[in-house]
Amino acid sequence: MVWQEEKTPVIVIKPRPGFALKLKELWEYRELFYFFIWRDIKVRYKQTVIGAAWAVIQPFFTMVVFSIFFGKLAKIPSENLPYPIFAYSALVPWTYFANSLSNATDTMVAHQRVITKVYFPRLILPVSAVLSGLLDFAIAFGVLILMMLFYGIHPTSNIVYLPFFLFLTIATALAVGFWTSAANAIYRDVRYVVPFLIQFWLFASPIAYPSSLVPEKWRVLYGLNPMAGVIEGFRWALLGKAPPPGPMLIVSIIIVALMLIGGILYFRRMEGTIADVI
Amino acid sequence: MSYEPPVIRVENLGKRFRIGQREGYLTLRDTLARAFKTPLGILRKKFLSPISNLPSSVPSPQSSVPGQPSTDGFIWALKNVSFEVKRGEVVGIIGRNGAGKTTLLKILSRITEPTEGYAEVRGRIGSLLEVGTGFHPELTGRENIYLNGAILGMKKKEIDKKFDEIVAFAEIEKFIDTPVKYYSSGMYVRLAFAVAAHLEPEILLVDEVLAVGDAAFQKKCLGKMGDVANEGRTVLFVSHNMGAVENLCPKVFLLDAGELIRQGKPQSIINYYLETLLPSTIEGTPLSERKDRSGNGKIRLTSFHIEDTEGNKLVAARSGMDVVFVFGFRCLDREKPKNVDIGFSISSGNDQILFVLYGSYTGQVFETVPLFGVFRCYVSRLPLSPGRYRVGARVTVGREEADFPRNGVGYLDVEAGDFYGTGSMGFDGLTPFLVTGKWEVREYTSVIKQKW
Repeated sequence: MVWQEEKTPVIVIKPRPGFALKLKELWEYRELFYFFIWRDIKVRYKQTVIGAAWAVIQPFFTMVVFSIFFGKLAKIPSENLPYPIFAYSALVPWTYFANSLSNATDTMVAHQRVITKVYFPRLILPVSAVLSGLLDFAIAFGVLILMMLFYGIHPTSNIVYLPFFLFLTIATALAVGFWTSAANAIYRDVRYVVPFLIQFWLFASPIAYPSSLVPEKWRVLYGLNPMAGVIEGFRWALLGKAPPPGPMLIVSIIIVALMLIGGILYFRRMEGTIADVI
Repeated sequence: MSYEPPVIRVENLGKRFRIGQREGYLTLRDTLARAFKTPLGILRKKFLSPISNLPSSVPSPQSSVPGQPSTDGFIWALKNVSFEVKRGEVVGIIGRNGAGKTTLLKILSRITEPTEGYAEVRGRIGSLLEVGTGFHPELTGRENIYLNGAILGMKKKEIDKKFDEIVAFAEIEKFIDTPVKYYSSGMYVRLAFAVAAHLEPEILLVDEVLAVGDAAFQKKCLGKMGDVANEGRTVLFVSHNMGAVENLCPKVFLLDAGELIRQGKPQSIINYYLETLLPSTIEGTPLSERKDRSGNGKIRLTSFHIEDTEGNKLVAARSGMDVVFVFGFRCLDREKPKNVDIGFSISSGNDQILFVLYGSYTGQVFETVPLFGVFRCYVSRLPLSPGRYRVGARVTVGREEADFPRNGVGYLDVEAGDFYGTGSMGFDGLTPFLVTGKWEVREYTSVIKQKW
């Protein structure tokens, strides 16, 4: 029999295989991807009593609190939009981002046993943690549509850009999540840092207030917080009335791209030895 | 060209750990936990350390030897390992606790990277270092089959095709749509193994996962392993069950202290291993010829070894497995002795006796015994942590001491195992004993009500 070299994949094992994205391998493992996401969603809805309602409760009640304290009492401007919808339209992508980031941070540790017993591209874990939150996002988004109907706000043609901003939210969650998930596997302190980071980040993003409150000359710098670009973009694409994000968004995109590439490389670098230290 | 390259080619593979690295991450909380563990750790080093404190022919650890801590704070779990495996070969890997067997499998299955060297693997690899990896208690049996199958590297189509077979193999048809958290541990293990057994990669890496489940199921698993071996797949099989290695593997690798020291036909490698690396005899003399004994000699103990419940001789037990302690004897008189009681003890490295079990404790005194035979003591769920223990034994006939080898009858080697049935290693093996129990929580008021 003639040995058919090209048909059999040859796996080469050596120390520190270097920086490779190995996207082809990720594609080969797409079914595992699917199963992890499916499992996350299934387990989340099985274990909670009111299931899907949690996806709404979190952003909705935050919106109520923000509307009372920031909208009514502090009279923070809201770009001529009713304050509740102004806040909620930001809280929907924010909640998705915050939950995705905290799930991604924990995922390596949560899968400790699997990681030390079976090989698969570890990158699947943070990515599926981020993607499985999309169902919750969709449910919360449904409520946003109801609120728009209630306030009689019609989306403009800007809405075609909405998927792009959702994509940017996912990319931001992944960009940060790659760093925190790999770091958390080695230094468990990370899991105490991340909730604090998220809290801090919430107020550093234009959720309770518009980014127009930030002085013009600082606004490009403000874009270094990628969620600033994402949230303003969301409002602009969906509600139309808010001003387009402009240069701030470009800064946000560049930052996310850089963090994403850096995050993947860092993750890939840690991947080979993570099973030894986790 | 009809030359076929080896399926697995390994060259000078080495893996170095920083000492303590395997203990993992660091946080303040863990530092506190470690402070609590450390006194125990010192105790263990002093008293329970496997091998080092035992007066025997086992080589004592020296620094800078692979597999042993060296002065620079590193340990080579694997060093200079080179070999080739051809398509369809079934290779058994044997060696003592910590010889690097699992590390080798982990490197070949890409769970961890080597520190040095090179390996090439041609074909799809499936690794079974544990059964039930990734099982989620909230999901049903059906859901877990798909999840676990996918984690082990099966395609959804493959799982669809084998689904009924897996369910039938596990014998859980009725409970397939019940969350596995309601399964008994036996059902759980059967399902987990059933999925694993239906994995059909070109190259299969198996750590000894067969020491689970009841005897009948273990036999079924070994049978399945045999089928896999006969189908022409390439298999690397790590085991302490020398019987299984001999039956399944035409070729055996012997690892010691991180190095591949022998390879070849099972019989010769296993013999070398048992005789040279794992001397079970005390003072290097067969038990029957030793002089350090007391008693009237009506019965003489001649040998000691352990077996699994299927009667396969084992070189090491696993925590939590069912083990049979076998003591060979012969009677020196022609007359069959009456009212025979046998007991054995397990001692740790510092000769602290951990427990003693006589037949009479459980009301099992033999009215009479054959002139030549074995005493077998079946111990379920061995409650000992990994390590080396000394086994002592004493026989009485009519309450009079018949034979008592003063320095013991042999050693018991225990490797890490799934004692709790949950995969937990418990207190990291720092306590000699393992005990399992049932926990519950009650509100304080109801406790008071109950009492008064």
